[in-house]
Amino acid sequence: MRRKLTAEQVQVALDRLYRAIEKQLPSDCRVAVIGIRTRGETLADRLVKRLRRVHPQLDIAHGVLDITFYRDDLSRLRGAPLVRATEIDFDIDDTWVLLVDDVLATGRSVRAALGALHDFGRPKVIRLAVLIDRGGRELPIAADFVGQKLSAAPGTRIQVKFRENDGQEGVFLNKKNETPAR
Amino acid sequence: MAKKASSSTRKTKPPPAESGAFLWTRKDLVGLDELSAEEIVHILDTAETFKEVSTRSIKKVPALRGKVVALMFFEDSTRTRMSFELAASRLSADVLLFTSRGSSVTKGETTIDTVRNVEAMGVDIFVIRHGQSGAPHMLARKVAASIINAGDGQHEHPTQALLDVFTIRQRLGRLAGLKIAVVGDIAHSRVARSNIIGLRKLGAEVVVVGPPTLVPSAIRAMGCEISHSLDDILPQVDVINMLRVQFERFSSNLFPSVREYSRLYGMNADRLASCRKDVLIMHPGPINRGMELTSEVADGPNSCILQQVTNGLAVRMAVLYLVSRGRT
Repeated sequence: MRRKLTAEQVQVALDRLYRAIEKQLPSDCRVAVIGIRTRGETLADRLVKRLRRVHPQLDIAHGVLDITFYRDDLSRLRGAPLVRATEIDFDIDDTWVLLVDDVLATGRSVRAALGALHDFGRPKVIRLAVLIDRGGRELPIAADFVGQKLSAAPGTRIQVKFRENDGQEGVFLNKKNETPAR
Repeated sequence: MAKKASSSTRKTKPPPAESGAFLWTRKDLVGLDELSAEEIVHILDTAETFKEVSTRSIKKVPALRGKVVALMFFEDSTRTRMSFELAASRLSADVLLFTSRGSSVTKGETTIDTVRNVEAMGVDIFVIRHGQSGAPHMLARKVAASIINAGDGQHEHPTQALLDVFTIRQRLGRLAGLKIAVVGDIAHSRVARSNIIGLRKLGAEVVVVGPPTLVPSAIRAMGCEISHSLDDILPQVDVINMLRVQFERFSSNLFPSVREYSRLYGMNADRLASCRKDVLIMHPGPINRGMELTSEVADGPNSCILQQVTNGLAVRMAVLYLVSRGRT
């Protein structure tokens, strides 16, 4: 496991991501920030906290999406880890939805998340924010807001660690065979 | 965590397990007897997730898309069958329904042949209800598809017990340390057996209550108390699970009259008054109204009978999903 970004560099990426989003916030419709479990949830938490602090007049809904049932590789995985609930207890129809994930790689998680969101309603717009864009896309999906671009060789995995989840902050490069099954 | 310098020496180490990374690996659910407490809790937690799906505008997830679920009911059922059918539909599975009445079974086909023939059509999961105790266990060994026991003879009815346990946990917040009365026809009840097994594994106390003819003393070996007086135990318990008297399984008269049974073991407003205020009244259905429960108890604030039915859906979605993932 090799460190690609330090905690300070993560903070810089976060700031860049936040400012890019802030610039494009719509003023004429509802805003919802939805994180993809697990690290996307943490990232969304942080973004929402900051947005609400800086723009107290905005009404920002906040949700969490578990995409397990929508994954296209579901039948290839063995065993069933605990699936956690999706928490979207607001109407997403005609809403400006910001979908948040930690890393954009193949685009398959985002594809699954779009499928899941579709079952909740019809948002006006869906934008995608990721902390790291590492390349290696397998689907025609791109991020609207990126904290940091990294290039990682195929067969490697970029892992974001957050204080809330992992007790430390940073971005790491893993060889594929030393990553957990999912 | 590994630092840069030592990373090469740590390569052989397995990756750190993600928190709560319990993996379900069973292809079948034939009974609670086989399951560990951890596995039971995993099912309950997964069911918690599926409750959310039923609150969406589109109440469907693609978790079992392309899979075929066959509901094989060799014995009558209404709510269990409908509950499984809806659960499978909400997971986007295709559902086949088999009832033995008017089928090849009446022509003398054996259970195993019937199931194997249906399996040959490409079925992934069988939900089996059968009058013969142990039928799902036998099938689980003989077929490659997943088997879910939806009630076998007088043996087990795991999904009913799971939804009972789920409902208790939801209403009272825990299971360990609770005292639960299972009242009525224990002898013929697979619901009682699965409940006792599940509740004991999760740390609850169980007392079974009923007339001596309907409460075999051997049930004590399952780790529960026996009482023949409902009035004695009412003030001590947190939950009262009233079982249906299964006349269809009686081979002789096991109590003098329905009126006497109801007087001694029926739940009514007077008895409810001697219970704890927040006591939970459950019944797996169908109710013999006026016999096991008076209407004012069945429809009163302590009753969670309809909640049990609602939760049954989430629990069955969880079980269908888990066994489909347990296949290797």
